[in-house]
Amino acid sequence: MPAFAQFRVEVSGVGMTQLPIAIAPFRGEAQSPQKIGSIVKADLERSGMFRGVDTAGLVADENTRPDLANWRQKGADAIVTGSVSALPDGRFDVRLRLWDVVREQDLGGQSYTVAKSDLRLSAHRVSDFVYEKLTGEKGIFSTRIAYVTKSGQRYTLWVADSDGESAQSALASPEPIISPAWSPSGAQLAYVSFESRKPVIYSHEVATGKRRLLANFRGSNSAPAWSPDGTQLVATLSREGGSQIFSIALSGGEPKRLTQSSSIDTEPAYAPDGRSIYFVSDRGGSPQIYRMSPAGGNAERVTFSGSYNISPVISPDGRWLAYVSRVGGGFKLHVMELSSGTVTSITDTIADESPSFAPNSRLIVYATQQQGKETLMTTTLDGKIKARLSGAGGDIREPDWGPFQR
Amino acid sequence: MKRFLFSIISSLVLAATLVACGSNVKLQDVPVEDRSSSTSQADADAAAAASRGVAPVQIGASDASVAGPANTAKIIYFDFDSYVVKSEFQSDLDAHAKYLTANKSRKMAIEGHTDDRGGREYNLALGQKRAEAVRRALGLLGVTDSQVEAVSFGKEKPAAAGADEASKAKNRRAEITYR
Repeated sequence: MPAFAQFRVEVSGVGMTQLPIAIAPFRGEAQSPQKIGSIVKADLERSGMFRGVDTAGLVADENTRPDLANWRQKGADAIVTGSVSALPDGRFDVRLRLWDVVREQDLGGQSYTVAKSDLRLSAHRVSDFVYEKLTGEKGIFSTRIAYVTKSGQRYTLWVADSDGESAQSALASPEPIISPAWSPSGAQLAYVSFESRKPVIYSHEVATGKRRLLANFRGSNSAPAWSPDGTQLVATLSREGGSQIFSIALSGGEPKRLTQSSSIDTEPAYAPDGRSIYFVSDRGGSPQIYRMSPAGGNAERVTFSGSYNISPVISPDGRWLAYVSRVGGGFKLHVMELSSGTVTSITDTIADESPSFAPNSRLIVYATQQQGKETLMTTTLDGKIKARLSGAGGDIREPDWGPFQR
Repeated sequence: MKRFLFSIISSLVLAATLVACGSNVKLQDVPVEDRSSSTSQADADAAAAASRGVAPVQIGASDASVAGPANTAKIIYFDFDSYVVKSEFQSDLDAHAKYLTANKSRKMAIEGHTDDRGGREYNLALGQKRAEAVRRALGLLGVTDSQVEAVSFGKEKPAAAGADEASKAKNRRAEITYR
């Protein structure tokens, strides 16, 4: 039986420009396993680009022409209607229509025929359709996130929807699991496992459970990161003493050492164009973020404020660097605009860890603590709209956002 | 029968992973067994068919440590932000060194740990520094390098759960185990 963890999403904050949108309950959703309209509303609000308008008792489906003048008065710029019906073969038919209230235009519709187990996913596809039509950008709602929970002496690596729901266990272990990293294709997860009482790096085919031991060299093996073309892994190995960054070809062969310092070099992260690797080094006396060529060699320092900067990740569009900075004893998520070097602190929590960008570069998922409890959050890059993905039980940490999938 | 099947499957998987890693790859002296559980083929097929399927893998408990020299401390504590092996641990290190020199087939692992302040991966590297400091100290006492492996747990396995300084001090340590 697959193991599930249930989440609730709580959205807070006021965005600069949020499009007010009415999402009617989908006809038939009360009788169906998933409340499609509610899932879509939560997705769109969590993106920071939309604000839900109360649909108070609206009964409609994809064939209803809404009273657009009325909705204009209620302050909605767009309205979504739809239906979900059970088919005789056990599958479900999900349909939607999207209306531009301001221009009084039908923006189109979609229909999906899905197995019951994919009903939640179809709601996310509805969200993606609406998001793309109204913003012109790709939605991330059908993507997946991976994260780790610790419950007593048990560690679990989960794969869940982008909102944290429908989590399924990929790996359960009596020893820690850290640093999960999705492959560019979204089929594999690399991670560090302590199951043999030392850190080693596995790659794990999520659909089949097939694991491949990628790095079990002398000492510790950690911080795996994939090259954008999926052919290399960069990682931190202590095989030559100390912690240094190596690249490992997935086709096999000796790892190639990229850094040559006597200090700690770790947490490598490829830039999405594959032309540089960002990493953490304390060669200057304390951990800072640097950038080097994928072939190694000279490194250029990137962070200059604060005495402790770690966990670099680059947005898929190449424009932003997110990282964690120690400020007054607390650990806080920061975002740097790479073209200008401008840095913004975007949270008011003090135990932030493990940032990861959504594949459309518009959101960051990270781990933090609220009221002493470990939790996962998403935030817009300006920090204005945050959503808490609250876990059912156990400490939750180490999120990684998966890529767009077919 | 189950154990027999499990060990067959483990050896096959181990062989497969060793091949997959490439013939030039140097693995450590003590090979790691791939402890993937054997999901049935039907389950694997069904999971692969749904492209968003996730096949669950369970890992069992690892092998227990074996005994080393008697009446010898196995934990070396470190000051904050420090990787210096203090002199108060010298006599214990002498005892471990003598034991390893007299028992050439014995393997030791030194597990470095940190307190809970800071990032996971950076702390893994700090723990590694502590483990390597102990390994170097043993090397100076004549221990053969190949008998000792320095690894790190970073902040993942604290000895004490409290947020106070006394608990943090208990977590800044290197633990000696024989495997």
